[in-house]
Amino acid sequence: MRLVALSAIAAILLIFAFVAREAWPLLTSSAIHKEVTLRQMWTAQQWAGYDGPDHVWQPVSDIPKFGIWPLLAGTIKVTVVAMLFGVPLGVGAALYVSQYAAPRVREIVKPVVELLAGIPSVVLGFFALMVMATWMQDAFGLESRLNAIVAGLALSFAIIPVIFTISEEAFRAVPRSYVEASIALGAARWQTILRVVLPAASPGIAAGVALGLGRAVGETMIVLMASGNAAIFSAALSESVRTLSATIAAELAEVVFGGAHYTVLFYLGTVLFVVTFVVNSAGDWIINRMKRRLGESA
Amino acid sequence: MSAAATMTAPGPEKVSPFTRGLRNRLGDLALIVASGSAIVIVLLILAVILGDVLIHGAGRLSWRFFFTAPEQGMTAGGIFPALFGTIALVVLMTLAVVPVGVATAIYLHEYAPRQSLLTRAVRIAVNNLAGVPSIVFGLFGLGFFIQFVGGSMDRLFHGGERVWGQPALVWAALTMAVLTLPVVIVATEEALRAVPRELREASLALGATQFQTVFRVAVPQSIPGILTGTILAISRGAGEVAPILFTGVAYFLPGLPKSLHEPFMHLGNHIYVLSTQSPDVDATKPLLYGTVLVLLILTFVLNFSAVLVRSRMRRRLAGAGG
Repeated sequence: MRLVALSAIAAILLIFAFVAREAWPLLTSSAIHKEVTLRQMWTAQQWAGYDGPDHVWQPVSDIPKFGIWPLLAGTIKVTVVAMLFGVPLGVGAALYVSQYAAPRVREIVKPVVELLAGIPSVVLGFFALMVMATWMQDAFGLESRLNAIVAGLALSFAIIPVIFTISEEAFRAVPRSYVEASIALGAARWQTILRVVLPAASPGIAAGVALGLGRAVGETMIVLMASGNAAIFSAALSESVRTLSATIAAELAEVVFGGAHYTVLFYLGTVLFVVTFVVNSAGDWIINRMKRRLGESA
Repeated sequence: MSAAATMTAPGPEKVSPFTRGLRNRLGDLALIVASGSAIVIVLLILAVILGDVLIHGAGRLSWRFFFTAPEQGMTAGGIFPALFGTIALVVLMTLAVVPVGVATAIYLHEYAPRQSLLTRAVRIAVNNLAGVPSIVFGLFGLGFFIQFVGGSMDRLFHGGERVWGQPALVWAALTMAVLTLPVVIVATEEALRAVPRELREASLALGATQFQTVFRVAVPQSIPGILTGTILAISRGAGEVAPILFTGVAYFLPGLPKSLHEPFMHLGNHIYVLSTQSPDVDATKPLLYGTVLVLLILTFVLNFSAVLVRSRMRRRLAGAGG
């Protein structure tokens, strides 16, 4: 029994170990260093045909170029767009459902939002690619049909239920006595919500945002289908982007086992694992601290 | 009103009660409109996605669509191999994940000391496992199951010939089982926690051992919760694509997989392939919408039944408590 319970720990350790193991030659193998080193990935390189040193991701050209920054920039851009839409909508919806909605409305609305969480990400990717991209292009006349905005918007649909569910719980966990005290002091409903309930619920909301962020950074199918997958290193949201996750998904099927490209893709996976691990741990830590504090005050 | 008007607020705010009443009402209105529009937008997004898929996909559904293979470069025919592959995948996954997940939850909740280092480590691991990106599970499946486990099996039993060391149904199912492990653990633990203390105490008072109490009282009481977790895991396993991209799914296969070490087709991957790699988007579109609708119906039916089982369980527990 005890051994089986270790399965979860074993799984997380094995995941890290076996993904990092395939990426390890990037640090040690001299055969791979002839094609790429970590330093080359992270710093601008002078490539033939370019005016100055630049960050370029072109893993299958004559001279393979493995600059990681275009992919990081893509991941960041898509995530920022997703958070800009997802956080206000998720938290706002949670505020309404927990503070204003009648109990009967809440009982219907909550499962419906959770239905959104049940939509497979490949379906959201499909919808972004086939429907949203065309609407957006018609509406704003963007040059590239698939871009960071379309992918980020679709990504926000995936993280809204995460942020909504955890924020709603946080709002409802605020002790009634806080609200009653505020009302008794003559505060209006909206003042109570904004100055008492919201601050008291903020750690829970922060946790929901952190878990949503972790999901956004790692989500694959939506960005693979809706981002255009061009590794351009820029800050413009209207251009096509290529994220870390989509790069792995799109390229791994066509690489030579154990080659430089293969090793680099596993390295990207390791980076993704570490980043999401840190973000999710932070979220969990906040949730736990909140639970403990609420336990004390009750 | 006149009495209130004479009693001006003594605080630092020197506003008349009328202005304050107006301000309060406006403040409430603003907050309701702001937060209310957020929930309306979220519901609208859901409605638009479902409506679009339903309108374009409903006409495609027919027995022929369900039970024939794709034809003419996937512009005609049905989705049978993808449907079969998806079901085979989740069945194998369930066989792997439910025993391990349930056993882990039973240990965590019934046997492990509450605050021991091990218990806390397992909990941290479960939470983090739930947050690992699905594409990283795909890398893990390739590195661990296919290269390490499959490769070792080939060296030991097949003299190095490639039988197990390649993408296959069984490796995709096991990868998906690792991904859905937290879902089963969390749901089972929640169900065990909801078993009334009186039941356990009554069992122990009658002289039952801890083992008997756990397996004849607590676990049977938790079956609906375990079922909920299983259904949610199946729904997740049916919809995820990234973890199986390199561990067993195939773009197109002429026949169904005949053994565990063969690749398979999958509804989610079929959607991905049809919408990104089709030479003629307009010709594949009707088929694509039909496939999306089938996958959506499948996951929604699963999720909905999980919600039903859970609410029935909660009602029964509430009844038992009162």
